[in-house]
Amino acid sequence: MKYFRSHILIGINETSLNSGVNAFIQALRQELAKNDLQEEINVLETGPLGFFGKGICLTVYPENTNYENVKIDDLPELVSDHFLKGRPLKRLMLDASGKFDPKFNYEHRIVLRNSGIIDPESIEEYLGTGGYEAWEKALLQMQPMEIVEEVKASGLRGRGGAGFPAGLKWSFTAPLEAEQKYVVVNADEGEPGTFKDRLIMEGDPHQLLEGIMICARAIGATKAWIYIRGEYKLCINRLNLAIKQCHEFGILGTNIFDSGFDLDIEIKVGAGAYVCGEETALIESLEGNRGNPRWKPPFPGIKGLWQCPTVVNNVETLANVPYIIKNGSGEFKKYGTPECTGTKVFTILGDVAHPGLCEIDMGTTLRTIINEYAGGMKKGFKFKAALVGGAAGVILPDKMLDVKMDFASLNQYAAVLGSGAILVMNEHQSIVDMLWSILRFFRHESCGKCSPCRIGTQHLYALISKIRKGEGTIEEVELMLTTAETMQQTSFCALGQSPIMAIRSALENFKDEFIEITKK
Amino acid sequence: MKTLTDLKKIREKAQEEMKLRGSNTRIKIVVGMGTSGIAMGAREVMKTFLEEIASRNLTDVLVTQTGEKGLSSMEPVVDVVEDDKPKVTYGNMTPDKVKKVIVEHIVNGRIVSDYVVATGN
Repeated sequence: MKYFRSHILIGINETSLNSGVNAFIQALRQELAKNDLQEEINVLETGPLGFFGKGICLTVYPENTNYENVKIDDLPELVSDHFLKGRPLKRLMLDASGKFDPKFNYEHRIVLRNSGIIDPESIEEYLGTGGYEAWEKALLQMQPMEIVEEVKASGLRGRGGAGFPAGLKWSFTAPLEAEQKYVVVNADEGEPGTFKDRLIMEGDPHQLLEGIMICARAIGATKAWIYIRGEYKLCINRLNLAIKQCHEFGILGTNIFDSGFDLDIEIKVGAGAYVCGEETALIESLEGNRGNPRWKPPFPGIKGLWQCPTVVNNVETLANVPYIIKNGSGEFKKYGTPECTGTKVFTILGDVAHPGLCEIDMGTTLRTIINEYAGGMKKGFKFKAALVGGAAGVILPDKMLDVKMDFASLNQYAAVLGSGAILVMNEHQSIVDMLWSILRFFRHESCGKCSPCRIGTQHLYALISKIRKGEGTIEEVELMLTTAETMQQTSFCALGQSPIMAIRSALENFKDEFIEITKK
Repeated sequence: MKTLTDLKKIREKAQEEMKLRGSNTRIKIVVGMGTSGIAMGAREVMKTFLEEIASRNLTDVLVTQTGEKGLSSMEPVVDVVEDDKPKVTYGNMTPDKVKKVIVEHIVNGRIVSDYVVATGN
């Protein structure tokens, strides 16, 4: 057995890659060797560490010390102080005051439980955390309908935005007789301010694969596609590696574990269109066509990819599945609220002290998320509003801080949880500017298939631009609302139906700002 | 291609190796690594601990280091910390003494009183 007294975990993500983490790791190994520590201290490349610091971040076990923004020049001091003499280097520690404990974010974790702890490029380590036990169970001990029933019983709802019950979705496709069925993973993650799926895939790619396998077994699919954003290069590399490892281990392929079940997973890289996050547009894109949405019904569950029954699920949804199958739906339901079970990964950004992501119970209030998990507001700023759910989300004012963050509670306020992005604004931010930015985004991303959305998004952008310059009238503010309402009723897909949410919530809560600017 | 039994073996092996990243350790060994500790051979003491632990497959032992604690004349100094038990401090450690501490104290739970310089906090 190889025994290391200490492990240095280095978070590999887009940020640290940009800071030259590969050269850094080489330098770190050299520095350790110089001090003759290479046999005592293990250097591990892992996924997101669960906190957000600048540049290259490290976590040192067993003490659980977090460092941020470590440079190659810091290494001699760091190695001699911390690793040789055991004195953590205060000046590089993340928030050395110790008031904010980023490990707090790890408290209730299902999908991120391995992230920042294991090496995502090692299948052995994933196995060591009990990985692929759920897959063995689903494949060898459970009938497909039992899997569907278990997921149904868990109350797992889709984490991509709409919150449709996952088990129910599977139950439409599972009983169908078809020559070919597909599982498609929506890893397009286009919602502004959302990057949870990236971190799930970077930190623990095997967990997603295991979720896909269980879903495929449940519905009888022998082929799965991961439709992933082109920008997520690290995710793509890690997923490809993970798939390769699974084939080598016989976890994927033909006649898996002598069960007679075949499965292969392939990756399709998207080209960065917001509309391709819509499941039917995603399927069109996957088939090689222009990313336009299809008419529903038939839903993809009946006729999806190449007209075959297809289940389309979000990354986070599937990443929850291994836990449910391994521990049972009862264990999963201990998290969250009775209506919305489990945890949710939120991405918090904007004017908070510690932007980043956290995985917490469904139904945690917005106030708790901001104050406890994001370290409160940035010093010297007051909370004004939060944009919840990305561009297709709503703007919540301070009186809504105690709203519970789950699908059901937010629906009561005509709000949506969406993908779990929370953008916090301070008292100096202009809601008009915010709305302008959202509407500009919609104008850019409308696919142009249907007139209400194609023309409506142009029109909304023209209106808000005029208002923002101080040249608009109060009638034009109202016109935005009626335009968006018409779009909501007549647009072909969710894209054109969404601008109403941001506009309505902005006008309901911050009408004064619009009145003021039109008076100029 | 691996069989289910192979997977089980890989799983168990990886579990043992990753144990340190959790905090479920039975016993903690803290080696004083201040300047005088290092000068008196604390690095050799540390290395011997690590070698002994590895060769005996002790997966529930954690080795860590600390700075000077004011016992310069007794360096290298080693603390053995167990839950619900008073801390035991050994002084003037050498690789040979480490081997004895491993066998007697860490494995069999008998404190090597000859080397003890202090107990309790």
